[in-house]
Amino acid sequence: MQIFSKDKTYPFMNVSPYFLVLSLLLMVASLFLLGTRGLNYGIDFSGGTLIQVKYDKPVSLDVIRQSIAQDPLFRDASVTKFGSDEEVVIRFSGSTESVEEDAGDVALRVLQNTGEFEIRRVDMVGPKVGAELREKGVMALVVSIIAILAYIAYRFEWRFGIAAVVALIHDISIVVGALVLFRVDINLDILAALLTILGYSLNDTIIVFDRIRESTKESKTLDLKEVINYSVSQTLSRTLLTSLTTFFVVLTLFSFGGEIIHGFGFTLLVGILVGTYSSIFVASPTLQWLRFDVKGYKNKEAEKEKRRLEKEKMRAQYERGVV
Amino acid sequence: MLLGVETEEAIHSKIKSIASNVKFFTDDSSILIDSLRVREDRLSFVLLDGTEERRLDEMLKETPGLAIEKNGLNYTVHLTAEEKSQTIEFAINQAVETIRNRLDQFGLAEPTVARQGEENILVELPGIKTAEDEQRARELIAKAAHLQLMAVDNRRQDQVYRMSDAEAASYGNVIFPDARNPQQKHLVQAIPILDGSMLTDARVAFDQNNQPVINFSLNSQGARIFGDFTGKNVGNHLAIVLDDKVYSAPVIRERIGGGSGQISGAFSIQEAHDLAIALRSGALLAPVKLLEKRSIGPSLGADSVKASLTALILGFAAVVVFMVVYYGLVGVIANIALISNLFIIISVMALFGATLTLPGMAGIVLTVGMAVDANVIINERIRELLRAGASIRKAVEQGYANALSAILDANITTLIAAVVLYSYGTGPIKGFAVTISIGILASMLTAILGTHGVYDFLMNRIEKSKNLPLWFGMKKG
Repeated sequence: MQIFSKDKTYPFMNVSPYFLVLSLLLMVASLFLLGTRGLNYGIDFSGGTLIQVKYDKPVSLDVIRQSIAQDPLFRDASVTKFGSDEEVVIRFSGSTESVEEDAGDVALRVLQNTGEFEIRRVDMVGPKVGAELREKGVMALVVSIIAILAYIAYRFEWRFGIAAVVALIHDISIVVGALVLFRVDINLDILAALLTILGYSLNDTIIVFDRIRESTKESKTLDLKEVINYSVSQTLSRTLLTSLTTFFVVLTLFSFGGEIIHGFGFTLLVGILVGTYSSIFVASPTLQWLRFDVKGYKNKEAEKEKRRLEKEKMRAQYERGVV
Repeated sequence: MLLGVETEEAIHSKIKSIASNVKFFTDDSSILIDSLRVREDRLSFVLLDGTEERRLDEMLKETPGLAIEKNGLNYTVHLTAEEKSQTIEFAINQAVETIRNRLDQFGLAEPTVARQGEENILVELPGIKTAEDEQRARELIAKAAHLQLMAVDNRRQDQVYRMSDAEAASYGNVIFPDARNPQQKHLVQAIPILDGSMLTDARVAFDQNNQPVINFSLNSQGARIFGDFTGKNVGNHLAIVLDDKVYSAPVIRERIGGGSGQISGAFSIQEAHDLAIALRSGALLAPVKLLEKRSIGPSLGADSVKASLTALILGFAAVVVFMVVYYGLVGVIANIALISNLFIIISVMALFGATLTLPGMAGIVLTVGMAVDANVIINERIRELLRAGASIRKAVEQGYANALSAILDANITTLIAAVVLYSYGTGPIKGFAVTISIGILASMLTAILGTHGVYDFLMNRIEKSKNLPLWFGMKKG
């Protein structure tokens, strides 16, 4: 089976200005949402407690609200249904320090007259830990972006590094915008999903860049636009195939994985779409925008190749004992 | 569970034990001192006999890490900054050791107790099955198990119900409740005669009424101090204090040599058993508090893992089918690589005893994606060359060579990101980083070396059949 015609070169660069505008609009909208509405931090980063309770039959949220009002620990608690009518989640900003009696035990006590139930999950994050996790998460993102930039600059050229990072920032900010828009709770699993997208989108971008690097060395034209059009077209079937298959996996995870994995799956879905789009329409045009010099790179590579050959020749002579 | 260590408490109890030493030394060598007090991180006393100044100073100098301020014969002693940080360091390490010991003796499967960051301790108890076990384990962890033998202030004991804590402190005493009956109060001297650090063993036994008791024995220094004290205080009361509760306060009838004693009353067999474990494994120098806790009930854990695993397998099956439809027999080769890749990840994770968490699953999704990708890149390259008219053997060889740089660069960049994540991340994020590192290495191995080997093996057949649509899934013509 074959979906894309291999010999055709699609004129991506001719339409790229329109997509640039689209990307900018999306990014601005995301930043605007982030600034006005803000991220919806879950307890992992804001500190607090989440208790998931499962009853043996449907339960009224009001009864639970009244019961937990007895204890000041649940001062600002929100009680919501979770997946089904039997399951509820109680969330509040407080936490307990005692190891012997924790928030789960308190909940067990105050809820004892609300029916037959089982406490299925207690997640408690103290305020100090939440701040630390947030700090470290951001730090990890920043340092890994810098390290990636350095590696790509070394293996390709600095412009490739910057273009890859621009695409990354583009992807992350749009996905974060979507998270704000749909009010997804930002927890550690969402951070993991964001990091996955980072790796994924990077992978896509590098495959395209690798082709551009190769075409630059081999092609006769010095027009960057043509080189990019050719390279992106050549890798298009691979880009879309891989995205499609990964999208399948994540889609099933999102649809059948259950309530607990919803936010996680959602983040990955959006991320894969945006990541695929950006490796075609953002990363490569950025390269042109940075005025990547086809001729200069070609000469440099030719120079490198020449030096390598000379070295080889010298080594060969040395081994034969001529020098 | 992430625990924080209350380090100020460690300093406080260190100062207190120095105070006990000073008291024992001065009593032993008949140096008269007065107003021996411990306040937060310092201790103070007044030397009554100026001629003993040299001897006392020498004794204090022998204890390392003390900063001594003298104002005439008024002494104030506190710890030097270096000693303080050492004490804190020791308290945290000791807490890790102690908690690990206790959980080991409790008999749980695979408890993890590890230091995390500056003063935190990570405790993981994957072996817990019931809520009751969990409760018991938590009590065992948190139990300070701080045993103190203290002298009862007989002169003022009658006034204890009218006394405030501050007033008691002004006499150098503290008020502790009784363990059996919290209404009942005991007035004891704040500086203990000795504490649990001199304990060598603690065992559950039964007294004449068949009630569980705990027998403990002291080391030689403890036995000497205990013998001396009981010898000098016949007729007085001795309070056995555990975690600031008085378990018993018997009258001393005679000098007790041999260094053994008994804690009796106020507990069930199970409590006595847990208490003995706690005492044996040593007191926590500093109490711990709960900073973070994540517990998933067994039913939820099973439910959610099952649901997401089913989803993963479904998605994975779709990919496998797709590869065969799109690439023909070559797709089968890719699938073999994919499946072995998945097996490698899972077996290495099992080897490290990792539990499957959401971030771990994210890692698997990403690496499966990358493994599929590597195969797609290689196959696309081969097709490209075949279309350009290369021979099958040449197309395969050249295709691998062309694809290599792209696969390597893509994987190495992701690997770099994983390493950074591992060094900055905590808990689940670390797990994610480990999963993708394993996955990337496995996928490079299976996609680059593994499938190449299969191609070589089948090369003669492929060349003979020349059926490109069947083998490579290409359009005819």
